[in-house]
Amino acid sequence: MALDSDTLQQLLDTLTRFVNERLRPLESKTAADDRIPQEVVEEMKALGLFGLTIPEAYGGLGLNMQEEAAVARVFGRTSPAFRSAFGTNVGIGSQSLVIDGTEDQKQFYLPKMATGEIVGSFCLSEPEAGSDAASVRTTAVKDGDDYLINGTKRYITNAPWADLFTVFARTDASVKGARGVSAFLVDRKTPGVSLGVPYRKMGQQGAPVCDVIFEDVRVPAEKLLGGAENVGFITAMKVLDKGRLHISAISVGVAERLIEDATKYAIERKQFNQPIAEFQLVQAMLADSQTEMYAAACMVEETARRRDAGEAVNALAASCKLFATEMVGRVADRAVQIFGGAGYIEDYGIERFYRDVRLFRIYEGTSQIQQTVIAKDMIKRFS
Amino acid sequence: MKILVTAKRVVDYNVNIRVLADQSGVDLNNVKMSVNPFDEIAIEEAVRLKEAGKAEEVIVVSVGVSQCQEQLRTALALGADRGILVETDEALQPLGIAKALKAVIDKEAPGLIITGKQAIDGDNSQTGQMLAALAGLAQATFASEIDLGEDSATVTREIDGGLETITVKLPAIVTTDLRLNEPRYASLPNIMKAKKKPIDIFTPADLGVDVSPRVKTLKVEPPAERAAGIKVESVEVLVDKLRNEAKVIS
Ligand SMILES: Cc1cc2nc3c(=O)[nH]c(=O)nc-3n(C[C@H](O)[C@H](O)[C@H](O)COP(=O)(O)OP(=O)(O)OC[C@H]3O[C@@H](n4cnc5c(N)ncnc54)[C@H](O)[C@@H]3O)c2cc1C
Ligand SMILES: Cc1cc2nc3c(=O)[nH]c(=O)nc-3n(C[C@H](O)[C@H](O)[C@H](O)COP(=O)(O)OP(=O)(O)OC[C@H]3O[C@@H](n4cnc5c(N)ncnc54)[C@H](O)[C@@H]3O)c2cc1C
Repeated sequence: MALDSDTLQQLLDTLTRFVNERLRPLESKTAADDRIPQEVVEEMKALGLFGLTIPEAYGGLGLNMQEEAAVARVFGRTSPAFRSAFGTNVGIGSQSLVIDGTEDQKQFYLPKMATGEIVGSFCLSEPEAGSDAASVRTTAVKDGDDYLINGTKRYITNAPWADLFTVFARTDASVKGARGVSAFLVDRKTPGVSLGVPYRKMGQQGAPVCDVIFEDVRVPAEKLLGGAENVGFITAMKVLDKGRLHISAISVGVAERLIEDATKYAIERKQFNQPIAEFQLVQAMLADSQTEMYAAACMVEETARRRDAGEAVNALAASCKLFATEMVGRVADRAVQIFGGAGYIEDYGIERFYRDVRLFRIYEGTSQIQQTVIAKDMIKRFS
Repeated sequence: MKILVTAKRVVDYNVNIRVLADQSGVDLNNVKMSVNPFDEIAIEEAVRLKEAGKAEEVIVVSVGVSQCQEQLRTALALGADRGILVETDEALQPLGIAKALKAVIDKEAPGLIITGKQAIDGDNSQTGQMLAALAGLAQATFASEIDLGEDSATVTREIDGGLETITVKLPAIVTTDLRLNEPRYASLPNIMKAKKKPIDIFTPADLGVDVSPRVKTLKVEPPAERAAGIKVESVEVLVDKLRNEAKVIS
């Protein structure tokens, strides 16, 4: 359901205030502690952020893609780690269920995911299966009415505090690629599930990532997502389509934040007896950043609108992610440059964003994988 | 008990106010408008009283242009039950607003009325007091604590140099100070539900009141810009300048 413009504006105004008043003052503390303060997580739950994209029938807000992108852009105005806290419930951790779950599975999990009582994580990547996600080696072998899952999932966002894993595992060993993969809903407390030590990362401190290990994990057949075998990879790709637009929108938001910070700094900072904003070489950096951010914003809005209208946007979403995440990388690099020495010093927070945004070009499909998606689509259309 | 609260539409506190070139007022064109922050505190207090079981209904009133419905929706999202707009394009002054509010009190008979101690546009700090006089009700201004009883309320007031605690008979008018509470963020589901809560719209004529301005604004000017400071060579020069240029000593 699309919101009327007044209601959407109120929602965005409220979140903008929350970002400015609550989250921005906690950016450096969250990075230093590598942890979002628990009371902030509770406030996010109370605000309803964990249920942004879960349908209203299951207790969420049921935002469409344009609305979700507008919210993601607001959360780009602060450290991306904050968004990550509810990001999996909004995106990859819940959408498999929303898109392809059975009615019973939705009833069972989604209302609790909408309130944040259950945190969901998405277990696709493995030590040997990254970009080549269809090659997952984790197995789910039928044993009576159950499945036995074995394997290791790598770099799983929010796994250290997740309650529910959507696990992609091979149910048909005779098929090497995508067609032998199924998705399962696995509770963290199931015997045989264990977690690796959280990784130390380049950026986004406060957004925890670890491995999830499955050793003879027995799950009943009703935990097979959608009740259908060997279609899990199709589900994963549908989920990632949406996730790519979400990440593109955050990239636009972070770029806006950095452009604002850099412009204000350039106006204040004087060298050679004038504000550095007066130097055309500095102006070029600002103008390029602004132009590229605006281009990405338009791409995201247009693609989100087309997705909401029911179009297949697979290649367009890949274009958005490719351009928006590379764009924010360039914008962050220029922001460091405009801040000069201060850009390299921790206290100013600019170098932190520079590290934070690096991830956007890697997860949910690297830039190269987006390029291959786009090119394959082109070749298909013109041959 | 019903609690009546106010939600004035004012320029958002983050906006840099600009005076119109013709000095007739401040520029409201394309400017972000919000609920007066002191009214937000009033709304929060009323909602907390309702959550504590001390009130059954929270009614929020705004006086002003049609777009004040946005501010009423914000109040409804924060937990008020229904809204009333007294719609007028008149330039609003405390007396006009107080008259409109008095008419709403006559209609609704609330047990408690909470308003902001002032609005951040005119900073008049008069509406609550005028309303108390017009309605013949007790008033407790600048509240930092409200303890609501059956027929009376005990209110701690922030006064010069300390705190004063008074008891007022209900119904009473209370105006909020900054430290009364910290307003919550409206939850997103409540923002969506607010759309379905009712807002009644009246004109001042419907209520039989005349809200036309009694005070004429001659000119609006921005505060004088602070000139850059200077360094002086010696105490003698400083004293000379204070005496002969600034004329602050003799
Ligand atoms: C912080 C973080 C959080 C993550 N969260 C999750 C999560 O929640 N769930 C999850 O399942 N995964 C998650 N991942 C994993 C992430 O999706 C993968 O890291 C990503 O898909 C890349 O896979 P890889 O690391 O194995 O790199 P590889 O696939 O080994 O890629 C290495 C390089 O080779 C390039 N390359 C690979 N194949 C091709 C090709 N065909 N053509 C051209 N170039 C190619 C890549 O572009 C890249 O530059 C996360 C990763 C990180 C770092
Ligand atoms: C880790 C580190 C170690 C350092 N070590 C030393 C050291 O050992 N000794 C030492 O003396 N200094 C040292 N410095 C300082 C360093 O040399 C300065 O940071 C650098 O010269 C830039 O100056 P700034 O930081 O004041 O940036 P600014 O001069 O303020 O520059 C800000 C931005 O404005 C641009 N800009 C400025 N003027 C112009 C112009 N006329 N036209 C176009 N663009 C312009 C710059 O290119 C930059 O993008 C160090 C800095 C760091 C971060």
